[in-house]
Amino acid sequence: MTALDYQALLPYLTLAGVLILLLLVISFKRGHALAAVITVAGLAISIAVVAPSLSALPRTVTPLIRLDDYAAYLFTLFAAAAIVTALLSYRYLRGRRGELEEYYVLLLGATLGAATLATAVHFGAVLLGLEILSICLYTLIGYPEEHHAPLEAALKYLVLSGVASTTMLFGMALIYIATGGLDFATIGKAGSDEAQSQYLLVGNGLFLIGIAFKISLVPFHMWTPDVYHGAPAPVSGYLATVSKGAVVAVALRYVDATGSLADGPLLTLFGAVAVLSMVIGNLLALMQRNVKRILAYSSIAHFGYLLIALIVVGSAGGVAMGIEASIVYLTAYVVMTLTAFGVITISSRPELGREADDIDDYAGLFWSRPGLALGFTVALLSLAGIPLTLGFIAKFYLFATGTAGELWVLLWALVLGSGIGLFYYLRVIFAMTRSPDVPEPVRNRVGARADEGTVAVLVVLLIAFGVYPTPLIDVVREAVAAFGG
Amino acid sequence: MILFWLIAFLLVAGLVAWAAEAVREGAARWVSLVALALALTFVYSVWNAPLIEAHDTQWYAFVNMAWIPRFGIAVQLAMDGLSLMMVALTLVLGIVAVVSSWTEIAQRRGFFQFNLMWTLAGVVGVFTAFDLFLFFFFWEVMLVPMYFLIAIWGHEARAYAAMKFFLFTQISGLVMLLAILGLVYAFNASTGTITFDYFALLEADLDPRLGFVLMLGFFLAFLVKLPGVPFHTWLPDAHTQAPTAGSVILAGILLKTGAYGLLRFVLPLFPEASVEFRFPAMLLGVVSVVYGGYVAYAQSDFKRLVAYSSVAHMGFVLLGVYAWNAIALQGAVMQMVAHGFSTAALFMMAGALQERLHTRDMNRMGGLWARAPRMGALTLFFAVASLGIPGLGNFVGEFMVLLGAFAVHVPLTVVAGAGLVVAAVYALWLVQRSFQGETVAVVDFKDFGARELAVQVPLALALVWLGLHPQSVFALSEPLVTRLTAFSGITP
Repeated sequence: MTALDYQALLPYLTLAGVLILLLLVISFKRGHALAAVITVAGLAISIAVVAPSLSALPRTVTPLIRLDDYAAYLFTLFAAAAIVTALLSYRYLRGRRGELEEYYVLLLGATLGAATLATAVHFGAVLLGLEILSICLYTLIGYPEEHHAPLEAALKYLVLSGVASTTMLFGMALIYIATGGLDFATIGKAGSDEAQSQYLLVGNGLFLIGIAFKISLVPFHMWTPDVYHGAPAPVSGYLATVSKGAVVAVALRYVDATGSLADGPLLTLFGAVAVLSMVIGNLLALMQRNVKRILAYSSIAHFGYLLIALIVVGSAGGVAMGIEASIVYLTAYVVMTLTAFGVITISSRPELGREADDIDDYAGLFWSRPGLALGFTVALLSLAGIPLTLGFIAKFYLFATGTAGELWVLLWALVLGSGIGLFYYLRVIFAMTRSPDVPEPVRNRVGARADEGTVAVLVVLLIAFGVYPTPLIDVVREAVAAFGG
Repeated sequence: MILFWLIAFLLVAGLVAWAAEAVREGAARWVSLVALALALTFVYSVWNAPLIEAHDTQWYAFVNMAWIPRFGIAVQLAMDGLSLMMVALTLVLGIVAVVSSWTEIAQRRGFFQFNLMWTLAGVVGVFTAFDLFLFFFFWEVMLVPMYFLIAIWGHEARAYAAMKFFLFTQISGLVMLLAILGLVYAFNASTGTITFDYFALLEADLDPRLGFVLMLGFFLAFLVKLPGVPFHTWLPDAHTQAPTAGSVILAGILLKTGAYGLLRFVLPLFPEASVEFRFPAMLLGVVSVVYGGYVAYAQSDFKRLVAYSSVAHMGFVLLGVYAWNAIALQGAVMQMVAHGFSTAALFMMAGALQERLHTRDMNRMGGLWARAPRMGALTLFFAVASLGIPGLGNFVGEFMVLLGAFAVHVPLTVVAGAGLVVAAVYALWLVQRSFQGETVAVVDFKDFGARELAVQVPLALALVWLGLHPQSVFALSEPLVTRLTAFSGITP
């Protein structure tokens, strides 16, 4: 490895270094605040060193990973999301007994896994990143070990995520038989031998189904509501954004390099999966009264929307636009979902072992805590794709991409899904406008309000980029410029 | 830049109003009132400023700033005669809305005024946007605060009504977005540039079938907003449940955005397809006239009756737009303005009655004239205006629509003419049941005071002015009408 390689790897090495440092610190001196500070500062430094690493890009370091602007952008996004999660978790965790410091180690580990996935151009790296991410997540979900629900959620995620990984692994094996390669480029150049192409088709199908499992597309979505419901609110937010986003990052690279969604049965299959996710995800959300479950189903629908852009990436000529739309959408989704889970985290009372996840927990929030309610409203309207928010710009991107790719059926499903989606987002908003039935309990205002400040920043981002998205678009375009060229 | 600042001013005024209420109780409504009055003088100065030449047309104001260059989207705001009238109408009815809810809204007044101002800002944006993306943007921006107005300050079934209103307009809006993108990409396919510029897209050379489908997408969104049968069902619920200010704005202005959209976008962007679609659209207009009037007659709820009468009146606008000759188009524009005034006044009356009697049920009213002669006289005036008595603005509008339509399609016009008879029945019935007849014992019934009269009397005078000197409206809409008739290639 050359010096340039190390320069390109700088952010990743920093992140790994911080992880080890934190482990060492914990073994000498335990301290919740100390662990949180090291985590946030470490993540911030690793984001800061992205800039000096850019001049060494793009380069392929070992056959496994490719470091380019795309990976750098996603690294920044995931690390920033991890900072948000850490800030949200701090006060939330203080309400719990037991040792809390390892929570941050796991958070750093999961982020490293997610960042690795964004660089993967080889099945080896895919598996590596995925397992680092998932193993950290199992523990994060079950971290509050005193209660029943998180443990159940962790076990459920362990089993189903394991199944998904196995499916992927089997798919990889079949692809290896067909093409003799494990890196995306070789797979993309595979010949069209009759028997080989059968293996390749089934292999691609299994691999992509594994992906669909991880980003919980219908009909592989069963685990999502239970896991989101059971996990601590900040972890649910992290799971919904970084973990799913990292898998999308791999899928984009894979579909772009191999053209496996260009046409044929897989295109039909995934078109159907997209429609089902948009419609069924939204319909199931309608029946929920639990806000975390509503967000779980809404995330199913949102990844159905995102699949439109992924399918465009698969089509000839749509690569650049499709990837750009996917990344814009992913960015918007990360910001708005973290905002929503941030509000849930702030409203929860972990010291009583209670998450604020029922719709009635938010009754009258507009009058008892107007700032928080306004933030939640902006996040929900953004998820619904209403203008003045980043969610609208993202949805507009999907409409534009789908129109360019002439995916009319999918676009109608998007219209239908968005229409149904309004129902449950507005229901939560309406609950907040009701007059409260019981007076708001006096809250403990002592301590740093890092969580509220974080949510406020996210809300400002949602509105600022919703009104003037050009800077964001420029950055994303630069990050994805290498694709489809 | 003037138009940009006008919209920004209204948005900021909304924020200031919200903040002011926290400082001093009752301050928010004053902030709104002053801001709207200032905005109105602003518009007046624009009207008198020298005209600007752009795209072969004279504009009162014109601005173009890059916004999202990635998609060729710009903040392109412009104001011609029609826009000017509509913006002025918006601001005037905004003042009516603030005054009519002066005492009605007792809680969360700051947030109320905030929503009111943001709705108005969105509407002003809709009336001045000349970039299709920007237009859609404002189209949606005006919805959310309106949703809050209904959902928070509405009456007993507000949750249902607010949801229905939002779903109808939002879903039809998304269909329009799809049509906008279809148009943009069709234009891109033939010219290689992506742009949402209204003036560029006017030149788009569309495949007739595609053009027809895209036209339907726009038409649907505007028909829902208008509202035309069969997409009118959100209107009675939204109107009935909304607070007075919400009803005034909904009926007076938001419905006009649908008609405005037809005039500004559907006809010019898709002339061939629109000509093809003429008779179905005229038929929908006539059905709305007759059905709306018929159902209005059957209502016992004061606001519901006025709401259904709006369906009928906007049916005339639809008929006039698609009759598509100079007389009918002028009539449609006149009808938009006159209906804005008369219906806003009637909704204000409904709100005043509800505030005093705590009911909208006309079965529990009656004989109120004796106690409140000023309210009675004004109700009679606006009811008669809305049935189309000669001498007032509504008559001019409806008469010209019928005159223009007669040249195009006689049977449809005859049926629509029958709608005028129905209108006379329900309008007089309204006055009869609420202000005449058996006196219902009401203690402490206050007649209109100076505050209400200061709004209602000018509205009445405006209708008289429109009726006696309709030329003031015609002169403003004339350039647009001339261009539209040139598009159609149809001579009456």
